Amino acid sequence: MKLDMLYFARLKDSFGMATEQLETEAASVDELLTELRQRGGHWSSELAAGKAFRVARNQELVRLDATLSDGDEIAIFPPVTGG
Amino acid sequence: MQPFTVRIQHEGFDCGAEIARLSGNPACGAVVSFSGLVRDYGDRQNIAALELEHYPGMTEKSLYAIIEQARQRWQLQAATIIHRVGRLALGEAIVLVVTASSHRKDAFAAAEFLMDFLKTEAPFWKKEIQQDGSVHWVEAKASDQHAAGRWQ
Repeated sequence: MKLDMLYFARLKDSFGMATEQLETEAASVDELLTELRQRGGHWSSELAAGKAFRVARNQELVRLDATLSDGDEIAIFPPVTGG
Repeated sequence: MQPFTVRIQHEGFDCGAEIARLSGNPACGAVVSFSGLVRDYGDRQNIAALELEHYPGMTEKSLYAIIEQARQRWQLQAATIIHRVGRLALGEAIVLVVTASSHRKDAFAAAEFLMDFLKTEAPFWKKEIQQDGSVHWVEAKASDQHAAGRWQ
């Protein structure tokens, strides 16, 4: 399946991209993160367990056990700092 | 008049005009506003400007959801949230929250609630630009989490 990935703020800078289309078999957010960490470098350090980041599926915050479907928009970003 | 509005914009806003817009309802005896400004210190000193990024689409949805939560807790006739994005110089306004209610306690509480949840849930990120040109992303604050947590 295909996912539309979005990265924001510090993560966008670290990963060197704001968006990508990802072909994956990951069934959950957790599995997706494992796959992204395997890219190494900033991917493994920024998304390491214990690092503070958030995941949104189709613009709603979700937990790591959230499931994924073809065409989902998945955003990964640091804790928010607006206001 | 649309009583509950959210706006994300680059350009500045007129606080007086926004307050006036919510002041015309004869059932509202109380209008409260909060504006947040770019300060000269944050995570670092000598801040010259902020650069605000957001997640278009999710930002608007999350702010309307926060307003909806406020409406379930307090009697609220109208509310406006305006948040700017892009580069904002020292002293410029970043955010405006205006609430209108029959009673001041509801208007005060709702305005504070909206700000507390905006700061912890709405997908905005600040970058500090110092006077010497160095740039870094602002870290999320435990004190903001605590402020939002006390409403539960």
